[in-house]
Amino acid sequence: MSDTAEAAAGRLEAGTPAPAPGSVRRVLRTPGGAVGASLVLLWVLVATLAPVLAPTDPFAVDGPPLAGPSGDHLLGTDSLGRDLLSGIIHGARTSLVVAGSVAALVAVIGTAVGLVSGLLGGWLDDVLMRFTEALQVLPRFFLALVVIAFFGPGLDRLILVLGATSWPLLARVVRAEVLALRHREFVDAAVVGGASRLRIALREILPNAVPPALALLGLVVAQVILIEASLGFLGLGDPNVTSWGTLASEAQRFLRVAWWLTVFPGLAILLVVLALNLLGDLLVDALAGRR
Amino acid sequence: MNRRYLVRRLAQLPLTVAAILLAGFLLIHLAPGDPVVALAGQSGDAEYYAYLRAKFGLDKPLPTQLVIYAGNVLSGDLGTSYVLGRPVAEAIAERLPATVLLTGSALVLSTVVGISLGIYGARRHGRWPDTAVNLTALTVYAAPVFLIGQLVILGLALGAGWFPVEGMTDARSSVTGLPRLLDIAHHLALPALALTSQEVAAVARLSRVGLLDELRQDHIRTARAKGVAEGVVVRKHALRRALLPVVTVLGGRVGHLVAGAVIVEAVFGWPGLGRLLVTAMQNRDGPIVLGVFLLVAVTVVVANLLTDLLYSWLDPRVRYG
Repeated sequence: MSDTAEAAAGRLEAGTPAPAPGSVRRVLRTPGGAVGASLVLLWVLVATLAPVLAPTDPFAVDGPPLAGPSGDHLLGTDSLGRDLLSGIIHGARTSLVVAGSVAALVAVIGTAVGLVSGLLGGWLDDVLMRFTEALQVLPRFFLALVVIAFFGPGLDRLILVLGATSWPLLARVVRAEVLALRHREFVDAAVVGGASRLRIALREILPNAVPPALALLGLVVAQVILIEASLGFLGLGDPNVTSWGTLASEAQRFLRVAWWLTVFPGLAILLVVLALNLLGDLLVDALAGRR
Repeated sequence: MNRRYLVRRLAQLPLTVAAILLAGFLLIHLAPGDPVVALAGQSGDAEYYAYLRAKFGLDKPLPTQLVIYAGNVLSGDLGTSYVLGRPVAEAIAERLPATVLLTGSALVLSTVVGISLGIYGARRHGRWPDTAVNLTALTVYAAPVFLIGQLVILGLALGAGWFPVEGMTDARSSVTGLPRLLDIAHHLALPALALTSQEVAAVARLSRVGLLDELRQDHIRTARAKGVAEGVVVRKHALRRALLPVVTVLGGRVGHLVAGAVIVEAVFGWPGLGRLLVTAMQNRDGPIVLGVFLLVAVTVVVANLLTDLLYSWLDPRVRYG
C-alpha cells in the first residue's frame, strides 16, 4: 500500500548508480529536507526520552475524565482521566520500536535478496524475482490484520509479519544497483587485482548498492507506521503499550464530546509520516541522479 | 501486445491464488486457541465439542481439511461461519455491494480529481498554486485515514450538520426509488470523501511529476516551437505518456482503497465487508476472516495483473521478461 514508494523504487531502478558525493548534505539544506530531518530527529528524541519527558505514567489516572486541554493537562485527558500528552509521548516509543525493527528486517532481507539475485543471476534470480513480485502484490495490511486476529495482539508478531513482507521494493532497487555496478571500472579493477567473488560482493558492490535502497527505507517505514496505527485503531494494538492508533480508537467513541482525543494522536502520526515521506522523497531524488 | 507475455502472466495467476489460499489456511489453523472452545465456552462437555468438531470438519487431519477446503473454495463454497451459522459466501455477498460502492466511488473520484490537480499543479510549476497543491497533497498523503474520517465527521456532520454521522441509510425512512438513492448518496458522501482524499493526494503527486517530466521532452519543445497552443500540447502531446506512472500504481491503489475501506467503515458505521471482517475477528470466526482475506487478496492480484497488461498495451516499449 505504498503508491509513491513504488514510484520512487521505479525512479531508483532507472536512475544512474553511485550519485555525486555530498548529495545527502545538499538534501538536508533544502527547506523540505531540513523540516523532515528535524521532525524525524524530534520523534526519535521524544521516543528515547519518553519516561523523562512525559508528565505522568501514560496508564495512570491523573485528573478528571474527558477534560479538555488546559494548564494541568496540555492536551486534555481521556475517558479514564489519563493524561493524553503522556500517552502521545509514550506512543512515540511504540511507533519507533515498530518502525525501527521493521526497517532493520527490511534492510537485511531486501539487501540479501537483491544482492544474491543481482550477483548470481540465472534461475535463482528468476525464482527470487517472481517471488518478490508475488509478495509485493499481497495486501500487507490484511495479512497483518489476519495474523494479529489469530495470534492475538502483540508488537513482536506485528514486526515479524510487516518485516517479512515489506522488503520487495528494497530488493528490487538493490538488484538494479548491483546489475548496474557489476561492470563498473572499480569492480573490474578489483577482479584484476585478484579479489575473491565474496570480497568483491561485500567490499566493492554492497557499499555502493545500499545507499539508494536506504533512502527508499524512509518511504517504506512511513507506510509501516500507518499500518501499525490503523491496526491500533481497529482495536488490534498491543494492550500492554500505549500507541497512537489505540489512542485514536478510543477517540471514536467520544467524538461528540472530546475532539482532542482524535486530533492530537492523529497529528502525531501525520507529522512523523510526513517527515519520513519528505526526507525519503528528497533522498530518492538526489540518489536517483535527479538533482 | 506480446502473446507469450500474456500467457505467462495469466499462468502465474493460479499459482499466486494457490499460494494465498495455502497461506491463509495455514495461518488460521496453526494459530493458538481452539475455535470450538471459543464457540462453546471453556466448560462445555466433551460430546458437544466432538459434535461441533465433526460439524465443521475440524476432526479430520489438517492436510485432508486443506484438500476439502481448497475443493470447496474452487466450487464457490467458502464454508460456514462458526458464529453466524450461515454460509460465508452468503454473508460476504450481502456486504459486498456496500464496499464496492464505497471503494468504486473513491477510485473514480480520486482518479478524476487527482489527475486534474496534478495537471493544474504541473502547468503552474514553481508558482504558488503549484506549491499549495503540492504541500496539501504531501500533508493529506501522510494523514491516517481514520484521522481524516474523524475530522470530516467533526466538521461536516457534527459541526455543520450537512451530512449524517454514520450508516448507509436513514433508519426511519422506508422510501424506495429515487429518494432512497439520494438518501444513500447523502450517507455515502463523507465516507467516500475520507477514503478518497489520500488517493487524490497520491494520484495528484504522481501525475504532476509525470507531466513535469514529459513537458521537458524534446517532442514537446518541438510542438511548442511549431506554435501549438499550450493546452493542446498538454492534452494531446504530453498527457498520455505522463499518466503512465498513474496507471502503474492502479492495481496497488485497489489494495490500498480496500484496506482504507476497512477503517472508513469502522469510522462511519458503513455496513460493508470491513465491518463484517472486524466483527468476525472479535468473534474468532475463522471462516469469515479467511473468506474476506481470500476475496481481497485475489481481487488485488487480479487488479495488478490487469494493470500490468494495460500498461504494456499503453506503452509498447515495456516488455516484461
